[in-house]
Amino acid sequence: MNTLLNGLRRRAVDASHTMGPEPAVASGVVVSNVVKAYGAVRAVRDVSIRIAPGETVALLGPNGAGKTTTVEMVLGLTSPDAGTLTIFGMSPDEAVRSGSVGGMLQTGALPRHLSVRELVELVASVYSAPLQVRDVLSRTDLTDLADRRSDGLSGGQRQRVRLAMALVGDANLLVLDEPTTGLDVASRRAFWAVMRAVAAEGKTVIFVTHYLEEADAFADRIVLMAAGRCVADGSVTEIRAAVGTTIIRATLPDVEVDPLVSLPGVAAVERRGGLVELRCYDANGALSALLARFPQTADLEVQRATLEEAFLELTGPDEDVEGKP
Amino acid sequence: MSARTYTRLEIVRMFRDTRFVVFSIAVPLALFLVVAGTNRDKHLGGISFPLYYMAGMASWGSMVAVVAAGSRIAFERSVGWTRQLRITPLRIRTYFGSKVLSSYLLAVAAMALIYTAGWALGVRLPARSWAEMASLVLIGLVPFATLGIVLGHLLGAESVGPAIGGSVAAFALFGGAWGPLATTGTLHVVLEGFPSYWLVQAARVSVNQEWWPARAWIVLSAWTLVLGAVAVRAFRSDSVKA
Repeated sequence: MNTLLNGLRRRAVDASHTMGPEPAVASGVVVSNVVKAYGAVRAVRDVSIRIAPGETVALLGPNGAGKTTTVEMVLGLTSPDAGTLTIFGMSPDEAVRSGSVGGMLQTGALPRHLSVRELVELVASVYSAPLQVRDVLSRTDLTDLADRRSDGLSGGQRQRVRLAMALVGDANLLVLDEPTTGLDVASRRAFWAVMRAVAAEGKTVIFVTHYLEEADAFADRIVLMAAGRCVADGSVTEIRAAVGTTIIRATLPDVEVDPLVSLPGVAAVERRGGLVELRCYDANGALSALLARFPQTADLEVQRATLEEAFLELTGPDEDVEGKP
Repeated sequence: MSARTYTRLEIVRMFRDTRFVVFSIAVPLALFLVVAGTNRDKHLGGISFPLYYMAGMASWGSMVAVVAAGSRIAFERSVGWTRQLRITPLRIRTYFGSKVLSSYLLAVAAMALIYTAGWALGVRLPARSWAEMASLVLIGLVPFATLGIVLGHLLGAESVGPAIGGSVAAFALFGGAWGPLATTGTLHVVLEGFPSYWLVQAARVSVNQEWWPARAWIVLSAWTLVLGAVAVRAFRSDSVKA
């Protein structure tokens, strides 16, 4: 798994070398200070993401984080209230019209009364240089189902059809909004096997997911979103480091939260009665500073948090435990 | 890029929806057979009753067929298919063109069935009259095809059915498809402002060898322009929301 991921990262770097210095091509997907509100709901507050051509990026976060709205703006389905988006140097609309984008939306039934092959043909027909329908069907394991009507397909089969429709245009950017939601483990694995091969061809891939392990296993990079903002952006290792994945617990009844937050190496502090919990990105530094400043610290306990906990911590709705900027 | 493949599949898709096709065509046809069949020897407005009623039912049936495109559009929007198409390079004119063409084909099927039923009930016209009558109806359907697009983009899947049924019934009634409402006076002048009036007349003028008067073209163009502008607006605001 690790070597595969490294391979993907290397490929991303290689791609940016071979693409040359032209800014339009090298720019990939650029989202700059984008803001979007629906009435009083501020879905996206200020998001900036830069994605190099050939990169695979996961947008990870809880419901209501603004992931889908961000993706909809990249696809030109929604326009931002403020900020700009460019895709390979074009506006989202231009990129879609030029056939540079293929996508799987979160919701989207398949029209009835057409066979699997006809559906893929229909989408292929609107792109200027589509792939062979036959090849795409075989790649997404739909050859045996090609003549079946879409009405009678299972959830996993439908999702494969939607993947085939996203791939058949041979677009350079693929945007997948929660592509594996509702799939069983085997289908999910098969899905990512196809996507891995697609990414290896140098396509740029953006996918939205709730599943940390999926982002971890498949993406070159993770953009973690919460409450309409990007709260972290980097490789899994970088995110781990940035979040503070070591927790120091201690009994420290008389100390306010503020001086604890300002200790070196501490990312966030939470108090539960007499107990305090320090989330640290530099556990050694935090521990020595804590003991030096508050010698009364008792019942000391140091624990390594899982990535899952780090994720919940970063994306949780509680303002008090928000990390330092 | 092949607008032909897309349009072909759009047409195939519609005609495979048997229930949609049957219900779009069946009611006017059944009504014609029942009403005209029981009055085959009577006369109305100087022509035989079956001919009179055939013209009305062909107008109504073809109107239903083209406006029903709205229910397909509303359904496709509600299940997210329209959004899926929006993230492809599909041209708007191909999208609308294929919708209008497929609903016209349905209208032609409806007219062909009613004309055949009319012939079976003894309606005899020169070939040229059949052709003229059919062509004028097809022209008169343009504002109704536009109406279908407007309703499909303004309304949801739940409300579009009653809206289509209600508006088509009103247009059929005011157009005189089910029988003349007024042949003289102020009401008659008002009725001449409805596009469906000329749709019904299209069938009848060809029988009497009279072409549409200038005001028919003005009425039809005006409705098409207004509905067309609303359709474009509805489609645009829809693309922002949906």
